[in-house]
Parts: sequence; structure tokens; C-alpha cells
Amino acid sequence: MSEIAVSMRGITKRFGRKVLANNHVDLDVYKGEILSLLGENGSGKTTLMNMLAGIYSPDEGEILINDQKVEITSPKDAYDLGIGMVHQHFKLIDVFTALENILIGLPAKEAEKKCRAEVEQICQKYGFDLDLDKKIYEMSVSEKETLEIVKTLYRGASILILDEPTAVLTPQEITKLFTILRNMKDDGKSIVIITHKLNEVMEISDRISVLRKGENVGTVLKTETNEQQLTEMMVGEKITLDIARDFVEEKHKRLEVKNLTVKNIDGKNVVDDISFDLYSGEILGIAGISGSGQKELLEAIMGLQKCEEGSSVIYNSTAHGVHELVGLSTKEIISHGLHLAFVPEDRLGMGLVGNMGMTDNVMLKRYRKGSGPFLHRKMPHDTAVKIKDELEVVTPDLEYPVRRLSGGNVQKILVGREINNKPTVLMTAYAVRGLDINTSYAIYNLLNEQKKKGVAVIYVGEDLDVLLALSDRIMVLCAGKMNGMLDGRTASKEEVGYLMTHLKEEA
Amino acid sequence: MEKVHHRSFLRVTKKDEASLPVKALVIAIAIFCALLVSALFIFFVTKLDPISVYVSMFKGAFGTKRRAWITIRDACLLLLISLSLAPAFRMRFWNCGAEGQILLGGLSTAALMIYFGNKVPTPLLLLVMMIASMLSGAIWAFLPAYFKAKYDTNETLFTLMMNYVGIQLIEFFVDFWDKKQSHSVGIINMNGQGGWFPPVFGQQYTLNILIVLVVTVFIYVYMKYSKHGYEGAVVGESVATAKYAGINVPKVIRNNVLLSGAISGLAGFVEVSGISHTISNNTAGGRGFTAIIVCWLAKFNPFAMALISLFIVFLSKGAAQISSDFGLNEFASQIITGIILFFILSSDFFNNYKVSFNHNRKEGR
Repeated sequence: MSEIAVSMRGITKRFGRKVLANNHVDLDVYKGEILSLLGENGSGKTTLMNMLAGIYSPDEGEILINDQKVEITSPKDAYDLGIGMVHQHFKLIDVFTALENILIGLPAKEAEKKCRAEVEQICQKYGFDLDLDKKIYEMSVSEKETLEIVKTLYRGASILILDEPTAVLTPQEITKLFTILRNMKDDGKSIVIITHKLNEVMEISDRISVLRKGENVGTVLKTETNEQQLTEMMVGEKITLDIARDFVEEKHKRLEVKNLTVKNIDGKNVVDDISFDLYSGEILGIAGISGSGQKELLEAIMGLQKCEEGSSVIYNSTAHGVHELVGLSTKEIISHGLHLAFVPEDRLGMGLVGNMGMTDNVMLKRYRKGSGPFLHRKMPHDTAVKIKDELEVVTPDLEYPVRRLSGGNVQKILVGREINNKPTVLMTAYAVRGLDINTSYAIYNLLNEQKKKGVAVIYVGEDLDVLLALSDRIMVLCAGKMNGMLDGRTASKEEVGYLMTHLKEEA
Repeated sequence: MEKVHHRSFLRVTKKDEASLPVKALVIAIAIFCALLVSALFIFFVTKLDPISVYVSMFKGAFGTKRRAWITIRDACLLLLISLSLAPAFRMRFWNCGAEGQILLGGLSTAALMIYFGNKVPTPLLLLVMMIASMLSGAIWAFLPAYFKAKYDTNETLFTLMMNYVGIQLIEFFVDFWDKKQSHSVGIINMNGQGGWFPPVFGQQYTLNILIVLVVTVFIYVYMKYSKHGYEGAVVGESVATAKYAGINVPKVIRNNVLLSGAISGLAGFVEVSGISHTISNNTAGGRGFTAIIVCWLAKFNPFAMALISLFIVFLSKGAAQISSDFGLNEFASQIITGIILFFILSSDFFNNYKVSFNHNRKEGR
């Protein structure tokens, strides 16, 4: 193969005494190749690449760029060496235009006109589609991603690092991005993609390096591997990648949502006249680009959003009778004993209290129980013990602040609390975001178990493969509107992706 | 590539939170360093013997029985005000209005003393004054809390402004009650001592200590074991989580701030009825602000607040003593307390971060 562009030798990085983020990692990147850096969350992929980008500096080890030993102590050093990184969370200024964002941090002498010409040239060369005068806040995620890549190229990057570039893109956008990446590769650039999505790895990369617990467990050629092998390298053990989908015969209508409309602070309809039914014994998947109204829809059902006139949500449970939820506060929903469980997207910012331990978090919705002004911690304590044992939560003790636990354990506590109360309806938003493979499958299993028990489950997801494998029905949201209801067993990924981005004409 | 990239000399890395013995050791080292640096200051700037200055400092706070009692009395008052801030601060409601709330509590106490002192039996009067002071402190805190809860106004500015209104109110009443054009109300009920804290068990300040003790335990239990305290903690952590749990956020803010104001008002009562027996715009004396430091340093733990209050009062008594003993002006002694506080406050950094030197690792290349 061709020459080596980047060589990392024996890189070690520690955070505090307990966290060993990278342990003597060796990694080579060739010129004109796409290397996938694969690994679970917390396996040290981003940390390793941040050391190339000058965000961190390694505790041990050395970095060679074009056979020269270098010390990268700041992002500027990295740029000077031709290394550009597109972070998972974009570093763009909302009120500036695309061009202004490209010019930020550069010497003032770089005239705008000259820059514009050069940027346009770059776009043409690789096939980017970018409006340089558009403000960031008007841009879609995909446009922002494009801008970030163009920005690094304009600054002369020949080694490009992309951290989870496809996480928030639709299938169509991903195809477009991959075409561009291939163009760049053909131009001799080195590209590193940090990811944990196996199908994409198999599609785009030349070689794949797998990190596990901060160590490089091996580098393989794409042509000589398959998804199963890669998974085993990532996880360190054999696991099955199938998601079960049982069919539950007996179905009862649990929620009847009619003309639900929620306005945001600017008076725009974020949930726009949505109507659907939810049945027991099914998982209803909700697909859509993030910010298409998923959050507001679930929150509206929970009484956390103000619904507009004409909205109606009928809750129908064998045990508690029929209730209109619109107009009820969250407190009333809880105190009436309506068994609506909700696993929100922002686990520590909404579902749990980060500085409190398991017991106090389990108590969150039921602390009012019991007479007198004092808290009754006995029941929550027992429940916490139960959740810890059943879901195998790893925590030093029940009073240990949950924010210090790993994402997987945090989610287990949250989901554990919500299903402990024997819900009639269970709503989850991005239930596996940021979780490792084993925990993700544990969560899928929990949801399936609930479904089999006759719970009506809503699963808001972003990974279309999972949505298609898990859901009985899939509702696609686009710009706050319901843009389609598909059968989960027959729908295709392309179909869902199309509905996510193309709003149907009003009939 | 010709470019040489230098590493910085010092490296600061975050570490796991230190254990209790380590924290104690860090504080001990900080105090030692502080004493050392102050000693250099004392020796080179004031040309005095550091040891004798420190001895006089200690004597100033605990040298005689009377001084010791006064130190304890003042520490109790500071602790009481710090406790009052805890319920508000834990909700991230930055109550900077303790000064005003103390003044208002003191004002209603003084008013009752002036109009009913020596006419109503003292125990009954004390009870009425206590309730009145708590109510007036709560009212003074209510306004900012109401607007914060309803319109999300900035509570820091609002509570600060309420302090100035409080001061003006005191000025007005002092002139209103002042019969001798001396711009002071003097000692109220000098004869008969109506509405003064009576000595209990032969000690002048027993009642002060008892009140503060009760409030300390109350706040501890309230924050840790009560439903209301739990609500406040959730709100402080995340308003979204609180709403998710069905907590009525505005109501929780209002109630906790009312509690905060009521205890500040109570501190005004203790100050006027139990210590100074007068009222002036200096009744709060900046303690409402010092208490912020105490509350913050103690991370809302009532028992840590007690220790820190005592320490801060000790420093100020010591500083006053050295300025009189050695004829230093007040600024010199304040520099010394400043140095000590600086070291202790900054020592917390070492509980969370590790500092190491960068070796340029030339060996083995």
C-alpha cells in the first residue's frame, strides 16, 4: 500500500487515577485510505483522535506525521500539520454565515473574496453542496456537517478525522457523504471515521481498527472481515445480533391521540395535528430526523407540554378506566395512579437527578407517598436493590451519585424505575443512545418483555435498522407532522428515510 | 518540519474526588502555608515577631472567658444566617438579600421592644417578636421569590436591591424613634430590659445558642429527610427533572425562599433582642454576605457551616486584637486574615486536580 501519513506509537492517556482511556495504542493511517476506528462507547476512540487534533496531549507515546516526530499541543498545531477534525458536536457559531464560520480564527488578511473563491473550488472538486451565505441556525444537521468538513479542507487538512459523522444523518444523506469521502480519498487524503455502526464500516472503509477498553485489539482489511467478526472484536465475546419480534395476539387500545398540536415558544407548531392509536402488546416505533417533534409529542402526552385547543389524548386502561390526558398536569397523572411510564431523551437532565443516589432517584415520582412531612425511603430502597440486582446495575452503593456512573448504568436505573411501576403505556426516547452493544440489547429485550406482558410501548429511535427490527408499526414524523404509518415487518429503510425528509403534499 | 512544539512546564489533570482524610490533610497544609506566608508578611512589613502576633490573635478570640463567649455568640449568629441561605442556595436561588431580611427582622423586633417592652411580660414579648421577625424576613424574601417564580426575573439583583430598600427603611425609623436628634435610637429599654434575652443557666447567651442549635438540627433534617427538602434539591439540580416528577416548581421556589427569609429575619431578632438591643443600618453588618461564603464553603452541610462560622469569627476577632495590641492599623490585620482565607479557599483546588511537572522525556530516545 501507499505511504504512512500518521503513525501513533504506544499512546497512553489517563484521566484521574481510575480511568485509562488509551493504553499503549499503536495506529497507522495511510495516505489515500479510509480507516474506520470502531469501538463501543467509552472504548477511547474519540480520546485517541483528540490527541491527534491537539485537544489532549498524550501521557506517553509518540506521534509521527509523515515520518516526523511531532508534539501536538493545540488545535493550531494540528492544523499546521494538516490534521483536521470534525467533532461530533459541531463547533459552529449559530448567528454567523457559513463563510464567516470558515474565516473564524484565521488571520484577518485572508480576504473574504479570495476565501469564497477557494471554498467554492473545494466544493466543486469534491462535490459538496453548500450555500456560503446561509446562517448556521437555518442549516440542517447535514449542511452543518458539510460545512465542518469544508472548513477543515480549506485550512489545508490532508488528514481528516470525522467523529460519528453519520449519527444524525438520514440514509440518503449518508450515501451523499460517502460519495464525497470517496472523492477525497481518491485525491490522496487520509480519512479516519470514528463510528460504531457496522454496516457503514463495511460500506465505506478500506481498513478497520478496533478499540476495546482503550486498547487497539486489531486492524483488519475490510475485504477480509465481516460484521460478526467485528462485533466480537468490539465486545470481546460472541453475541447474537438479532432482535426478537414476537407477535402478541391480544390487543387493546391504550392511547387514542387525536389532532394533537403543540406550539413552541415562537408560536410554531412543533407537533402538528397528529392522530394515532397505540395498542397493548405492540411496539410503536417513531422515526424522524431529530427535532421533528418526537420530544414534544411524548412530553405532551405526559402533561409536560401545553396542548392547543382541539387536542385530545384518551388513555384507556383495564385497571384505571378511561381518562382524557390533555389538561391534566404531570402531578395529576402521577397522583391519579395512571400508569404512564416515560424514559426521556435527556437522562440526567430530565429523567434522573445526577447528584442523588439510586434510592433517591427511584423515589423521584413517588416521594409524595406515605403520610407526614418526612420521606419514606424504605420502599424506594427495596426497589433500588431490586433494580440493581435484576438489571445488573454496577454502582459502588445505592447512595453513590448516579451522574458518576456510566451511561449504560444510568439508563438501566431510569428504565428500571419506569417499568417497575407496571406501566400500561411505556414511552421511550432514544433509549439506547450512547450505550454499548450489550446494554443496548439488554434494553431491547426489556422492551420486548414489556410488550409481551401487554404493555403499549413507544420507541423513539434514530437507528433505522433497529427501528425496523424492533417495531410492530413505525410512525414517521417530518417537521412535526405524521408523514406515514408503516408496518414494521414490511417497511424498507429507504422508504422510512424518504418519509423522514420529504413531507407529503396535503391531500 | 522545523517547527518545535514546546510542552508547558506544569500539567494540571482532573482527579477523582479526594477522600476525607486527604481533604483534612490538604486543609492542614493550607493553614500551615498561610501561617508561613503571613509570618513573612508580619516579619518583613510590620517588623513584628510573628509568633507573638499569632498568640495575640488567639487571645483576642479566646483569651478570656468573656471573649470566648462573645466569639461563640458571634459565630452562632453567623451560623444562623448561613443556615438561612441553605434552602435557597440549594435550589440555585442566589439569595443575596439576607442583609435586608435581617434588617427587617431586626426592625420589627425593635418596634415591638419600643412599644411593648416593660409593658408585656418578656417571655410573651419574645415569642411575639420571634414570630414578627420571621414574618417580616419572609415578606422581604417573598417579593423576589414571587417574581422569580412567575416571571423568571434575576433573583440576585432583586434581592440586592431589597437590601437598599431595607436600609432606607431603617434610616427612616431610626429618625422617627430618635428623640434626641442623635441619629440613633440608643440602647432600647436600658432600664427594665424589656424584651431582652434573659440569662439562662446563669449565662447571658444561652438562649442565642439554643435557638441556633434548634435551627441547625431543623435545617439538617429538613434538607435531608423531608419531602419539601427533597423537592428543593430536585429543583436545584434540574428544573426539567422537577417538572418530569410532577413537582410544582414555582411553589417550591416560593416556599423555600420564604423559609430562607424567615430564618434571616429570625437572625435579626437574635441580633437585636439577644445581642445589641438597638437597631441601626449596621445591624446586619455585612454578615448576610459573609454567610454566603460560609454556606458555599460548607457545601450546604449545616455542621460544616458551624465550623466555618467559628473559624471566620475567630479570624476577625483575632485581627481586631492584633491591631489594638500592636498598634497596627486595621488594614494590616485584614491582610493577614486575607492571606489565611486565600490559602484555605484555594486549597480546594487540590482536592479535585492533580498538578505534575512535565519532564521532557529526553531519556531513551
